Amino acid sequence: MATKLLASALRQTLNKKTTSSSLHRCLSTAAALTTAPPSQNDEAMTIKGLKISARPLYLDMQATSPVDPRVLDAMLPYYLARYGNPHSRTHLYGWESDQAVETARSQIADLIGASPKEIVFTSGATESNNISVKGVMKFYKEKKRHVVTTQTEHKCVLDSCRHLQQEGFEVTYLPVGNDGIVDLEKLRGSIRPDTGLVSVMAVNNEIGVIQPMEEIGKICREFNVPFHTDAAQALGKIPVDVDRWNVSLMSLSGHKIYGPKGVGALYMRRRPRIRVEAQMNGGWTREGDKERDSAYAISGGNGRGMRAGEEGDGERLLNGVRAKLDGVVVNGSVERRYAGNLNLSFAYVEGESLLMGLKDVAVSSGSACTSASLEPSYVLRALGVDEDMAHTSIRFGIGRFTTEEEIDRAVELTVQQVDKLREMSPLYEMVKEGIDIKQIQWSQH
Amino acid sequence: MLRQLASKRLITQRIQILPRFYHEKVIDHFNNPRNVGSFDKNDPAVGTGLVGAPACGDVMKLQIKVDDTTGEIIDARFKTFGCGSAIASSSVATEWVKGKQMEEVMTIKNT
Repeated sequence: MATKLLASALRQTLNKKTTSSSLHRCLSTAAALTTAPPSQNDEAMTIKGLKISARPLYLDMQATSPVDPRVLDAMLPYYLARYGNPHSRTHLYGWESDQAVETARSQIADLIGASPKEIVFTSGATESNNISVKGVMKFYKEKKRHVVTTQTEHKCVLDSCRHLQQEGFEVTYLPVGNDGIVDLEKLRGSIRPDTGLVSVMAVNNEIGVIQPMEEIGKICREFNVPFHTDAAQALGKIPVDVDRWNVSLMSLSGHKIYGPKGVGALYMRRRPRIRVEAQMNGGWTREGDKERDSAYAISGGNGRGMRAGEEGDGERLLNGVRAKLDGVVVNGSVERRYAGNLNLSFAYVEGESLLMGLKDVAVSSGSACTSASLEPSYVLRALGVDEDMAHTSIRFGIGRFTTEEEIDRAVELTVQQVDKLREMSPLYEMVKEGIDIKQIQWSQH
Repeated sequence: MLRQLASKRLITQRIQILPRFYHEKVIDHFNNPRNVGSFDKNDPAVGTGLVGAPACGDVMKLQIKVDDTTGEIIDARFKTFGCGSAIASSSVATEWVKGKQMEEVMTIKNT
């Protein structure tokens, strides 16, 4: 009896020890700022064969962003107390939820210069993109059989276009220049009488390049072609105005602007009205998630006011790295870019080994979609980046909550790791000796 | 009995079966590579091998210093442009060849 008590007490203390320390680790994001060597810390977690002493610095804001605590505060009442379905018309719970949805809708509309009647809530930018591309073309399929888009669009837009091609539509994938910007003359030349949609994303998720939206809008108005844009990375980061850009459809995403995942919106113009065929039946205006919608709106509203911190930080990162390393190439236009997205290639260093060494910094090579495979990303290939440089590209994503210390530490770790790998690299040695690598005949095997 | 229970608890919580990720030894060789560097190319006792291509993602340069009289490899250095496993395997290769005869090292294979 006594031993049983002792055993359970022991089990409890052991459990408490491990769970509380893991909880502490979960909530602390600043621990990687210290330089404690991981081998001395026996509480280090081992994951995927790597030992890391603390949670890495998060510099992957283009993949997703943390939820702003203010958004969470706005959301919680709608989970716990005011949890009615906005479509329930018969009681207070439904009425107050409906009110919240309408408030959210008007907040988003204000952010992009639209009317609340033109906003539809979806499950995310992916669904919005699908509805825009496939829905528009299928609605107008009798007269319009052609779509114009770019080679650097998000995977969901490209896959929707591929789906349309299989159904017999034609798609033109416009190339981009070395700076990632689409050529306006080529765009103008590719529009045909049966073009039903032009789709160009506002800010690219991998390289951060901002496309000339007003000029593209003008061309589309000239030819009277609907203009769709994926503005998931642009909302709250650059000024967005549906009238200045002349867009008919705009996809928006919640979790890129410090909101929850699983929520997005689609702007659909009413004058002139753009029609789409529903991709999901049973109410494709999915508005059951009113609490998330209202939170989304608040995060959007705050996004407008809180851009200031990021531009300085992007510069800081780039200058910090450039000060200590040579052979650093910025992928994409340096002038027309969103400052919080920095995609860098380091010459003579291989990407996978760099990423393995940067385990204390959470960054992405290419985009989250492509980071699973080791193929160089299609966006970098479209820019015309050499294969070996494409392999070494790292995307640093800076956001509202990134501190200057985090950036400095990331710069330090990156420089350290790149230096170490360059020391080990025969290519770097050859370049130092003055040999031109491009002239060498490599022995393939 | 209690101690066994306790230690079993701890062990089951620490061990994770991770498919398809690098073995600890590979990571160790990646973080602390042995014998990185170069010898003087023009030294007659030094042999240099360079293989691979940047487009393939792997370039490896291996140099060995051979003792003229005994034919034994007294030292080795490597430099690699490549992923974690490429660096680790080059590092391991330099450790294996040190102190061996030239004919002996020809038998080192991938398998």
